[in-house]
Amino acid sequence: MSGAAVRLRATLAERGVDVDLSVADGETVAVLGPNGAGKSTLLGMLAGLIRPDTGRATLGDDVLFDLPGSWTPPHRRGVALLAQEPLLFPHLTVRQNVEFGPRAARASRADARSVADGWLRTVGVDGFAARRPDELSGGQAQRVAVARALAAEPRLLLLDEPLSALDVAVTGDVRQTLARALDGRTAVIVSHDALDAYLLADRVIVLHDGRIVDDGPVRDVLDRPRRAFTAELTGVTLLTGRRTASGIVTDDGLSLAATVVEAAAPGDRVAAAVRPSSVRVLAAEPGTATANLISAVVTGLEPRADLVLVRTDALPALVAPSIVADLALAPGTPVTLAVSPDDLRVYPA
Amino acid sequence: MGSSPRRLDVPTWVVVIAVVGGLFVLLPLVAMLVRVDWADFLPLITSPSSLDALWLSLRTSVAATALCVLLGVPMATVLARVPFPGQRLVRAIVLLPLVLPPVVGGLALLFLFGRRGLLGGVLDVAFSTTAVILAQTFVALPFLVLSLEGALRTAGTRFEAVAATLGARPATVLFRVTLPLVLPALVSGAILSFARALGEFGATLTFAGSLQGVTRTLPLEIYLQRETDPDAAVALSLVLIVVAVIVVAVAHGAGEPARRRLKVTR
Repeated sequence: MSGAAVRLRATLAERGVDVDLSVADGETVAVLGPNGAGKSTLLGMLAGLIRPDTGRATLGDDVLFDLPGSWTPPHRRGVALLAQEPLLFPHLTVRQNVEFGPRAARASRADARSVADGWLRTVGVDGFAARRPDELSGGQAQRVAVARALAAEPRLLLLDEPLSALDVAVTGDVRQTLARALDGRTAVIVSHDALDAYLLADRVIVLHDGRIVDDGPVRDVLDRPRRAFTAELTGVTLLTGRRTASGIVTDDGLSLAATVVEAAAPGDRVAAAVRPSSVRVLAAEPGTATANLISAVVTGLEPRADLVLVRTDALPALVAPSIVADLALAPGTPVTLAVSPDDLRVYPA
Repeated sequence: MGSSPRRLDVPTWVVVIAVVGGLFVLLPLVAMLVRVDWADFLPLITSPSSLDALWLSLRTSVAATALCVLLGVPMATVLARVPFPGQRLVRAIVLLPLVLPPVVGGLALLFLFGRRGLLGGVLDVAFSTTAVILAQTFVALPFLVLSLEGALRTAGTRFEAVAATLGARPATVLFRVTLPLVLPALVSGAILSFARALGEFGATLTFAGSLQGVTRTLPLEIYLQRETDPDAAVALSLVLIVVAVIVVAVAHGAGEPARRRLKVTR
């Protein structure tokens, strides 16, 4: 599987997409971004299902497209696409579905069958080979879809939110199957879940409004976000400002003590990340405190699962509903926010 | 999934009118059944001219249905999958035989394939069994195209896209994915075409004439017998109805497993 590096440069005005992406041979890249950022369009262009206005893409030594003029149709690209829904062919059995790629590549019946059975075993659904797709659960069907995509021996595997249509109970198992399947394989996985990037990808790209706004190793990009979009994906709040002796002075003038996780000289531009769940909401200033104390005014309350996100004019805080009741929080309520320096991580911006 | 067990209330007068409509379709057939001369039924339908007509009707209708599938599948595929300028106009033209009086269709065919027609010098097929098949195909084709194109549009292209990314050439995608997915519509479209071909009268008479054993199909035979031997006409009509019912039942049964399978994904 050598020489399957990807290079893509393309624009598509209709969807506001203008991307420049490369994936090394054997590398798995996660593309994160909100809905409508152009993630699926990016995959469509690589698969040959969406035609960009301009641009050029190569897979190894092969030109996928070089517009205007050169365009390789999907079936000659060696690029398999795994979508949100399994999309198993309903008129074929599970095994026939997996045999589809090898058969299309003119493999003999016996060869196709042994390839299919091998992949069904690998993804752990070999007991279902003779069944029809409508007899499978969502998780089983998606495993079969993984087997079908891999049986086609693609040089590039594209995954479009492959876990988002699944029941939460099976997501973990299928993600593990994917992690094994993606090991050492050139792949691009689109997701809106940062967990997919942490567990499946080597590198992460953040797409916003059709453009790549962040690109780097997963932990660099997601653990130390430098842009608000990226911070949002992992649910952290991003502050920017300058380095001080004890931490950071933000652009809004807040001076906060913090833990420095990556060295920066005093006065340098730095960013600080804090989780809303690490921010406490107090009624009044306590007498003594080791935490940073910030006076703020509540601007809004949003339910989040079994907690409440308290938006303020400074930092958002994620608290239990009982605290909202105890402090009678409502838009306009003045509060004190407390953040431990241990929970505020500073690094160069 | 599944229909709700709750019954929707329909105004009583709507039910009454619906029953009247149903009787309007059923009663004429009952009236005819009452007139059947059962004593002479077998001799009537096994006379040489009757057997000729029945056999000719079956042969030509099967051939016309095959021709409809052969031409109609590519036509429906192009209309549903290939965007091109003037598509609406082309679709309207394809569906024209649906609204055209069959006699006019027969005349039009005559002016193309007749001895002095546009292709007359090259291809003089008027007043032959081939002409019967062409006339039947002409009137039956829109039924297949219409039902198949609708099914192709409803099915969408997602499965086809997956198949292509698995390395399947366009022809492989068509035969192994597209057509199997719309098989129920293809079967029911073919049934409709067959039924229309079996009942064809006006275009056949105009373009192919009425020559026993060559172009005189069952409907033509029935019309002819009506003048001289009404009992024979009634008996043959019953045969035509029975043949139609059997074909529809058999074909419907053949299409059912595929339909059931596909319902889950739809």
